[in-house]
Amino acid sequence: MLQSIFAIFLFQLVGEVLQKYFALTVPGPVIGLLLLLLALLASDRFSNLAATKVKQSLAATAETLLSHLPLLFVPIGVGVVMHVAALEGQLFAVLGVIFIGTVLTVGFSALLMEKLQGRGSRNGG
Amino acid sequence: MADEQKLYSIWVYLQAEPLFWLTLTIGAYLVGDFCYRRSGLFALFNPVALGIIIVSAVLLMFDIQYERYFDGAKFIHFLLGPATVALAIPIYGKWKLIRQHAGAILTTVLLGSCFAILTTWALASLFGLERDIVLSLLPRSVTAPIAMGVAEIIGGIPSLTAIITIITGIIGAAFATFTLDLLRVTNMSARGFAIGLASHGIGTARAMSRNETAGVFAAVAMGLSGIVTALIVPLMIFLFNI
Repeated sequence: MLQSIFAIFLFQLVGEVLQKYFALTVPGPVIGLLLLLLALLASDRFSNLAATKVKQSLAATAETLLSHLPLLFVPIGVGVVMHVAALEGQLFAVLGVIFIGTVLTVGFSALLMEKLQGRGSRNGG
Repeated sequence: MADEQKLYSIWVYLQAEPLFWLTLTIGAYLVGDFCYRRSGLFALFNPVALGIIIVSAVLLMFDIQYERYFDGAKFIHFLLGPATVALAIPIYGKWKLIRQHAGAILTTVLLGSCFAILTTWALASLFGLERDIVLSLLPRSVTAPIAMGVAEIIGGIPSLTAIITIITGIIGAAFATFTLDLLRVTNMSARGFAIGLASHGIGTARAMSRNETAGVFAAVAMGLSGIVTALIVPLMIFLFNI
């Protein structure tokens, strides 16, 4: 458990340093995600007992960390409610744009994805 | 009188320590989760939205500065970073499925991100919003750090974009399930992908808490749409001179 937490923190740390050093727009944790994914995929090349154990431990830690992911957004969400006055008179128009735009985007993307996947499987992909 | 003073000094002490704010945050979320389960998974009662409303109500009721609350709650906020990195592990677990759908994933992320940006622009113009607010709205579908960076490049207001982005996430988390049920999309990977594309981390969190395949596809969509949006929005501004 502790080793897995250390590994996850370490990948984030490397991600944050790379982000700052190269002034990237992609956030540090996302870079950490990509690096960890690459490391895991690379580890497939030499499958031994130690690697399998590390992965099992990582999987257990990730499950704990991700099981209540929405909770982690509460503090920043409260900030939005407290600072919503920044939108002044345009609040309802902005909310309207966000609501309609988000619902349309979810619908469009899901239907497109489903259609493309369906076609892929018919072609045997 | 002495008792009242004692209680007041305890309250002062609690406000200055993280314990009270952390307990309040987790408690509010658990209440939200309870209501959500009790309501038969009714979309509007989603745990994150209810948790935010409860904590905000407490802060407003007792006239507490957000900065004071966040100083305690930041320990929960901190976990967002490691949790984002940890998404690599379920993604790795479903890697075969992701590779199998690589074509659909790339096409959808490109067209879906453009769709999100263009509908936002069209709606914002239709509603007659001011130019700096329109620009702040454009990158709203992607994770806040990317969206803020894009807003800065194109001349929007980054702090406003941060607020807009979080609202987008909450609305996505609250209404995506309903929308997808209405459209009868049953494929978990397509459902998750759409949620992650339209409403980044908050949508992904929601998808992950419901179904692992949906969560993984949401995380992939969130990452890719962030990159695509960061490239496309400045390009669109440059080409169309919005």
